[in-house]
Amino acid sequence: MIVDVLTGGVRGGTAILYAALGETIAERAGVINLGTEGSMLTGALAAYAVTAETGSPWAGVVAGAAAGGLLALVHAVMVLGRAANQLATGLVVLFLGLGLTSMFGAAYVGRAISPFQPYPIPLLADIPWLGPIFFQHDPLVYGSYLLAPAIWWLLYRSRPGLTIRGAGERGEVLTAYGHSPQLVRYLAVVTGGLLAGVGGAHLSTAYANAWFENMTAGRGFIAVALVIFAAWHPLRAVGGAYLFGAALALSPALQARGLGFNQFALDALPYLVTIAALVLLGRRRSNAAPRRAAPEGLSRVFELTPAK
Amino acid sequence: MSIRRLTRRGGLAATTATALAAVLLAAGCATNTSTAASTGDTTEAPGTGGTAIGFIFVGPKDDYGYNQAAYAGSQAVAAAYPDLEVLTAENVPEDDNATRVMESMIRKGAKIIFATSYGHKDPALKVAAANPDVVVLQQGNLVDGDVPPNFGTYFGTVYEPVYLAGIVAGKTTETNKLGYVYAFPISQTLDNINAFQLGAASVNPDAQTYVVNTSSWCDPAKQAEATSSLLSQGVDVISQHQDCTATIIRTTEAAGAYTVGYHADASELAPTGWLTGSEWDWGPLYTTMVRTVLDGGFTGSEYNANFRVGLKTGDNPFVQSAYGPAVDDATKDLVEQAKTKISAEDGSPFAGPVVDQAGEVRVPAGTIPDYQTIESIDYFVDGVVGQIPSS
Repeated sequence: MIVDVLTGGVRGGTAILYAALGETIAERAGVINLGTEGSMLTGALAAYAVTAETGSPWAGVVAGAAAGGLLALVHAVMVLGRAANQLATGLVVLFLGLGLTSMFGAAYVGRAISPFQPYPIPLLADIPWLGPIFFQHDPLVYGSYLLAPAIWWLLYRSRPGLTIRGAGERGEVLTAYGHSPQLVRYLAVVTGGLLAGVGGAHLSTAYANAWFENMTAGRGFIAVALVIFAAWHPLRAVGGAYLFGAALALSPALQARGLGFNQFALDALPYLVTIAALVLLGRRRSNAAPRRAAPEGLSRVFELTPAK
Repeated sequence: MSIRRLTRRGGLAATTATALAAVLLAAGCATNTSTAASTGDTTEAPGTGGTAIGFIFVGPKDDYGYNQAAYAGSQAVAAAYPDLEVLTAENVPEDDNATRVMESMIRKGAKIIFATSYGHKDPALKVAAANPDVVVLQQGNLVDGDVPPNFGTYFGTVYEPVYLAGIVAGKTTETNKLGYVYAFPISQTLDNINAFQLGAASVNPDAQTYVVNTSSWCDPAKQAEATSSLLSQGVDVISQHQDCTATIIRTTEAAGAYTVGYHADASELAPTGWLTGSEWDWGPLYTTMVRTVLDGGFTGSEYNANFRVGLKTGDNPFVQSAYGPAVDDATKDLVEQAKTKISAEDGSPFAGPVVDQAGEVRVPAGTIPDYQTIESIDYFVDGVVGQIPSS
C-alpha cells in the first residue's frame, strides 16, 4: 500500500516536476508564467499528435517541448517585449493554449498511439521497496531524475546559472557586465515552456496514454505553486512534486482497498498540502537565509513587469 | 449534476453504424404519415402538420459520446422521414438561449423538438407552454405533477445492459475481484455499479466489485492512477462510468486484464481483453416517438412524460455492446437467459431481494422497484467493496 502510493507519487508527480523545474528557471530569471498550464496542455496534445502520426513517442516529446516553448515565447514577447502585465498575460496564454488544443485536439480524441513503455532498470528494479518506487518507470521519469540535479548545477554551480539568477535579482548589474537581462529572461521563459511541454508529453504519451480536452486539469498551476513552495530551488521541487503525486495517488489506493475516508477531504488533500507548505514557508521567510527568499525581480511582481 | 455530464465523449464510431442499421429497419416500416393528420376538425393534434423536426444538443455532435449518439439518432430520424427537414443545433446552453434556438426552429417549420440534455428541461417546458401546437420531447428527466399535453420526457434503463455485462464479468474473473472506476456518486452511477455487482453475483457468488471514484468526469491522469490501484489489488476485470474512457481501457489492456466498456464499442482499444459493454443507440426510439406524434396520438400516450424504456418494451437506447474474443458460449447463454428473465413482466435487475452492504434488505423478495425508486438509489448493494463518499 505504501509502496503503491509512493510509486504513484513518482509516476504522477513527474509531469508536475518537469513543469516546476522549467518554471523555476523562468522565475529565477525574474518572470512568473501562469501560462505554464497552457504550455503543458499544448505539449500534451503536440506530443500525442506527433506520436500518433510518426509512431515514435520520442518524436512526440520533441514536438511537445517545441509546442510548450512556442506558447511560452508568446508570454515572453508580450511581457518582455511589450511590457504587458505578466499575471494577465500568463492567463491569456493559458486560455490561448486551451482554445488551440480544443480546436486542433478534437481529431485526436480516441486515436490510438504506441506510448512509452515502462523500462525496469536491471538490478535496481529488483531492490525491495526502492525498485518499484523508482526504477520500474518509463524513460521520461528517469529523465527527470537526471534533469533536476542538472538544473541545480546549472543554477548554482555554473556561470550561465549566475547570469540567470542575476537577471532575476538585479538586471542592472547584468547590463553593467555586458549581458542583456532581457535576452536571458527570454531564454529562461522559453526553457520553462519547453520543460512544461515535456511534462504534458509525459501525461499524454506515458501516463494516461490518451488525449482529451483540458487533460492537464490544473497540474500546471500546481507546478507554479510548487516553485514557490520549493523556494525556487530545483531539488526541493522534486520532493514537492512527488508529495503532490503521492497525495493524488493516496485516494485511489485507499478506495481500491475498500477503505472509506472522506473522499472530498482526500480530493482537497494535495491543495491543503500546498497551503500548509506555503504557510510554513512564509513563517520561515522572515528570518530566512537570502537563498531561500524569492528572486528580487519577482518581489517586484507588483510592478507586474520585470525590471529592466 | 446533469445526465448529459455523465455521458459526454468516449469513442463512438460504431454506434453510428448501429444507428444507420436501425435507420434501415425503421425506414422499412415507417409509413409516411406527415400529411395524414389534417383531416376532419380544425384543431390538429400537437406536433402534426410541420415541415421540420428540431434537435438541440448541449455539446458538439462529434464528442465521441452522449451528444454524438443523440446526433446519430437525429440522422436516423432524417433518414426515416425524408420529407421532413431535420434541424440540428450543437452547443446549446441550458438557459434562455435554448429557448431562443427552439423558437427559431419553430419559425422554420418545426412542430416536433427534441431537447436532448437533462439541463434543457426548463427551456423545453417554456417552449411547450408557449407553443401548444408543438410537441417538445426532453431527454433524461422525470417530471412531477401536471404535464402539458404537448410535452414529453424519455430515457432508457441504462442499468440493464450493465447488469448483463456484470454477468460476463462474473463468469470471466479468476480473482473474483472486479473493479469499477466512477466519477461521482449520483444515483445513475450507483444504479450501474449495483447492477454490475448484482449481475456478477447472479452467476458467481464470490464476485466482488471494488469501486474507486475520481471526482471528475474526465481526468485521464486520475483514471490512470485509479486503474493502477485496482490492478495492483488483484482486480482482473475493470468497468467504468466516466465521460472519456480510453485511458482506463488502455491501462487495463496493457496489464492483461479484462475490460467492460461504457458509452461506446471500444473493442479496438482492447483487442484481447474486451468482454462486452454498453453503448447508445437512439435511432429506433426517436423514430418510434416521431411516428406516434405524426400519427396524432402523442397526447395521452406513454411518451407524454416520464417514459422509460427497457428490455421489457424494446427500443432501449442503451444496448449491450458486442462480445470480445474472451467470452465463451456458455457465458453468452447465461446472458441470454438473464435477458429473457429481465424482459418478463416481473423481471428487473433490481428484482428483490436486494440487500445493501450493511445487510439490510432494500428491495423485499418478490417485489420490483419502479423507475423512480431505482433512479433515486443511494446505497451500494452487498458485494460492492468501498463506500459512498460522505460529504
